Amino acid sequence: MSKKDNITKGKITGIIANLVVVEADGPVQQNEICYILQEDSRLMSEVIKVMGKSAYIQAFESTRGLKVGDQVEFAGHMLEVNLGPGILSRNYDGLQNDLDRMEGLFLRRGAQTDALDHEKKWEYKPLASEGDKVSAGDWLGEVTENWLPHKIMVPFKLEGKYTIKSLAGEGQYTVDDTIAVLTDEDEREIEVTMVQQWPVKIPIKKYREKPRPFKLLETGIRTIDTLNPIGEGGTGFIPGPFGSGKTVLQHALSKQAEADMIIMAACGERANEVVEIFTEFPELEDPRTGRKLMERTTIIANTSNMPVAAREASVYTAMTIAEYYRAMGMKILLLADSTSRWAQALREMSNRMEELPGPDAYPMDLTAIISSFYSRAGYVYLNNGETGSITFIGTVSPAGGNLKEPVTEATKKAARCFYALSQDRADSKRYPAVDPIDSYSKYLEYPELEDYLKKNIDEKWPSLIQLMKDALLRGREASEQINILGDDGVPVDYHITFWKSELMDFVVLQQDAFDPIDAQTSIERQKYMLEKVIDIYHMDFTFEHFEEVNEYFKRLIDELRQMNYSEFQSDKFHQFEKELEKIIEERKA
Amino acid sequence: METQAFQKIYTRIEQITKATITLHATGVGNEEIALVHGRLAQVVKIIGDEVTLQVFGGTEGIPNNAEVIFFGRSANLKVGDELAGRFFNAYGEPIDGGPEVEGEEVEIGGPTVNPVRRLQPSEFIPTGIAGIDLNNALVTGQKIPFFADPDQPYNQVMSMVALRAQADKIILGGMGLTNDDYLFYKNVFDNAGALDRIVSFVNTTENPSVERLLVPDMCLSAAEHFAVEKNQKVLVLLTDMTLFADALSIVSNRMDQIPSKDSMPGSLYSDLAKIYEKAVQFPEGGSITIVAVTTLSGGDITHAIPDNTGYITEGQLFLRNDTDVSKVIVDPFRSLSRLKQLVIGKKTREDHPQVMNAAIRLFADASNAKTKLENGFDLTDYDERTLDFARDYSEKLLAIDVNIEVDEMLDTAWELFDKHFKRSEVSVKKDLVDKYWPNNPDSE
Ligand SMILES: Nc1ncnc2c1ncn2[C@@H]1O[C@H](COP(=O)(O)OP(=O)(O)O)[C@@H](O)[C@H]1O
Ligand SMILES: [Mg+2]
Repeated sequence: MSKKDNITKGKITGIIANLVVVEADGPVQQNEICYILQEDSRLMSEVIKVMGKSAYIQAFESTRGLKVGDQVEFAGHMLEVNLGPGILSRNYDGLQNDLDRMEGLFLRRGAQTDALDHEKKWEYKPLASEGDKVSAGDWLGEVTENWLPHKIMVPFKLEGKYTIKSLAGEGQYTVDDTIAVLTDEDEREIEVTMVQQWPVKIPIKKYREKPRPFKLLETGIRTIDTLNPIGEGGTGFIPGPFGSGKTVLQHALSKQAEADMIIMAACGERANEVVEIFTEFPELEDPRTGRKLMERTTIIANTSNMPVAAREASVYTAMTIAEYYRAMGMKILLLADSTSRWAQALREMSNRMEELPGPDAYPMDLTAIISSFYSRAGYVYLNNGETGSITFIGTVSPAGGNLKEPVTEATKKAARCFYALSQDRADSKRYPAVDPIDSYSKYLEYPELEDYLKKNIDEKWPSLIQLMKDALLRGREASEQINILGDDGVPVDYHITFWKSELMDFVVLQQDAFDPIDAQTSIERQKYMLEKVIDIYHMDFTFEHFEEVNEYFKRLIDELRQMNYSEFQSDKFHQFEKELEKIIEERKA
Repeated sequence: METQAFQKIYTRIEQITKATITLHATGVGNEEIALVHGRLAQVVKIIGDEVTLQVFGGTEGIPNNAEVIFFGRSANLKVGDELAGRFFNAYGEPIDGGPEVEGEEVEIGGPTVNPVRRLQPSEFIPTGIAGIDLNNALVTGQKIPFFADPDQPYNQVMSMVALRAQADKIILGGMGLTNDDYLFYKNVFDNAGALDRIVSFVNTTENPSVERLLVPDMCLSAAEHFAVEKNQKVLVLLTDMTLFADALSIVSNRMDQIPSKDSMPGSLYSDLAKIYEKAVQFPEGGSITIVAVTTLSGGDITHAIPDNTGYITEGQLFLRNDTDVSKVIVDPFRSLSRLKQLVIGKKTREDHPQVMNAAIRLFADASNAKTKLENGFDLTDYDERTLDFARDYSEKLLAIDVNIEVDEMLDTAWELFDKHFKRSEVSVKKDLVDKYWPNNPDSE
């Protein structure tokens, strides 16, 4: 990131949609930001290829009306975000413009707004002392943002060791006030404010160690927590055809998951889905803290009708903000819907540059790009011994619902949890439509996570999960046999096996995202219900005829579902439970 | 289109393809419009002084010494209240014999609404069609297509929806509409006495296909005028978006772009999203609702056009022939209204969501039973009952010729539950069953 003395300038020589070719009069760096100068605005763009004196840039705005010969100014740095207190609860576009500060009903081309509030005074208190030796990422002080202790850190860009020369005392400061003066080894002074910049495409790695995820991240969603849990700091993805429930599932995660902060990147999807969050989150309560959900949420909205190139930027902007907060020791859940739109944005550009296309005309290095993005998630030990984490879950929108397409395949290589949404399940309204057999969590194979589950839920928990998986698989096999041989072409036992798995499906896997009680299930409740279901699974029942099986299990399922809809351990809950016991007694062998 | 003083004129064309021309010109802006041999064209690519334009009217008969006149601006439409009741072609020129519209010139395909300035849609649009209202309730500000085979009566259904929707304005965008269908719409609107609420931009099969590319933007600029300036509820009908997408692929293929799936341009998703995302609920009360048609070939929804559409729109309404009852129904499986939960059980009766889900679940059981039957297996008593239920359900609720109020739809569903099932088989919340299960003496 070398600073240039002279600003490089250029002139437009070609325009193909949002790809603009510029002849530059000086040095240009890959991914450098530049501005196309128009009468009343400056259109932000990014260099994506350099050939001789020609810079190929992608405009983050509409290129309507641009002409050959129009002036371009290069900024001398890559796309950067502003990091400081006041990011929480904001609604940004993909380039970190504050959408609430934009004037008018419509987005004006080239309009830019500050990411941070420069007037607001923050109640600051120092955490370090004068004379301390510090380096990038170390905590100097703290302000309270909403309720989170927001750490003011030694800027990530500073390399090497520094000494704190002076430090502001407790008091009220704006983000631009100097809160510390550092000296480097050559006694040069550096003033530190509460704001720093960081290029989004470069990971912030100011931590000591990144162990494998070993803790459970509670999401409140049974098909995830019970069946295929995600580790804190882990990665997962949700592929599924349109309408299968990707967005509803992500919204459920953002509402219920146990995290200090939720960052949602709405990447090339519907505006109304973001509006839903804008509307509901300021009202909805975080089930764990009782605070409003918006207090812990930041939204990066680059909806499908916003400039295509900024889609790519939006996921990086979101990730960089997540890394910033992780460096403060926070537990972040980052959600991106949909990473396929980002991949498509890459494809549009690559095609316009007439690059050699890979499968389905995606760029050849798609897999590498996706992998290196996912690798920025993780659980970390910071240099001061504290911990922080970014759990990342992205959605993938496979063309034609076919999971053998490049984005799904590339993501499968990068993400450790696979929550495949099935069209069949969605069609029969078995929500969430996560396929219990195809989906997996690699974290279940981690002994450190297994230990955690045993210690924190139950010694038997991992074996119960395995039992349930086996039961579901057996149920599917039984149902296939029944379909091939006919209802009375198989022993009654097959029907029992099938219906036992149906019971698990209806009671544990299916969950109504729109029911205030069913939507969110604590681990304690998940354990209670799973044990109940497994008990039934172990029971022997006597039936004369297969038709009785079907009818009987429907009654069991009905009572169990009524339990799911009732407040946990309430009178109603126990009433349904009693009914259930009665029905069980009817047939128990 | 009148010519103006500052226009630049060229008379040498270097290259002509089916949909584009290329010439040497300077000082030309991207997306600027021009007249090429009297036909409207738009700049799509500039490399140095080499400018490529897509010619909306097609390039047939254009000589390489044709006159090319640049306008110095992008395509626009004059908007004003006088648009109401008028019929235009894809360029916004009157085709009803009436005068030119006077009004403010706005560029079409204009800027995006700031997402934080949108309001969450919450107004139910009843259509009387239970396959829509009961299972896939529509909401103002929504965008939703019919997925239909070309032989299905989608234009009829759409016109019914339009007339019952109580919109202040209905804007019809016809793309590759047959002349007969165009006249059909005109007649239906006329007979309903709704002509003064209609604005129509039509490209028929008799017009060049690339012209269609202008139609959605024209419609939506007009819609924005009424929704923003007049706070009106505007319903935009776009038929047929598959033909629009076909025109897109013609242009992009002429420009040597690497096609992605089904020879569609890689930008298809963004191109369609720009149109559909104009659907919006404004805080001041105005709204734009888009109901479109995407015709399928052989019912294949994995084709790039319906596939990309489904990823963009807020659901889809799937028309299907139900041979058991010989009627066209709104298929409850593949159809979806993503905004329904904003209104069902809130703007409609409390039992709506659960009744809807229960009925669809039972209908799914019926389809399993049918598979069994086809495979030569015996049916259980329950299977038989689901099949009976499915026939009643198709006939009384899913068929597109149903026209009743939502409460009546719900009552009908309860009656069918009672007729065919036991309470535990229906699996609805107990409070609701207690309240709504019909009190027939013989019901369990
Ligand atoms: N968990 C759920 N509970 C109830 N309905 C759901 C659930 N998940 C999805 N749906 C239904 O499916 C529709 C589409 O879901 P959505 O998440 O928008 O799909 P996608 O993002 O995969 O296209 C929703 O509008 C809703 O009607
Ligand atoms: Mg979605």
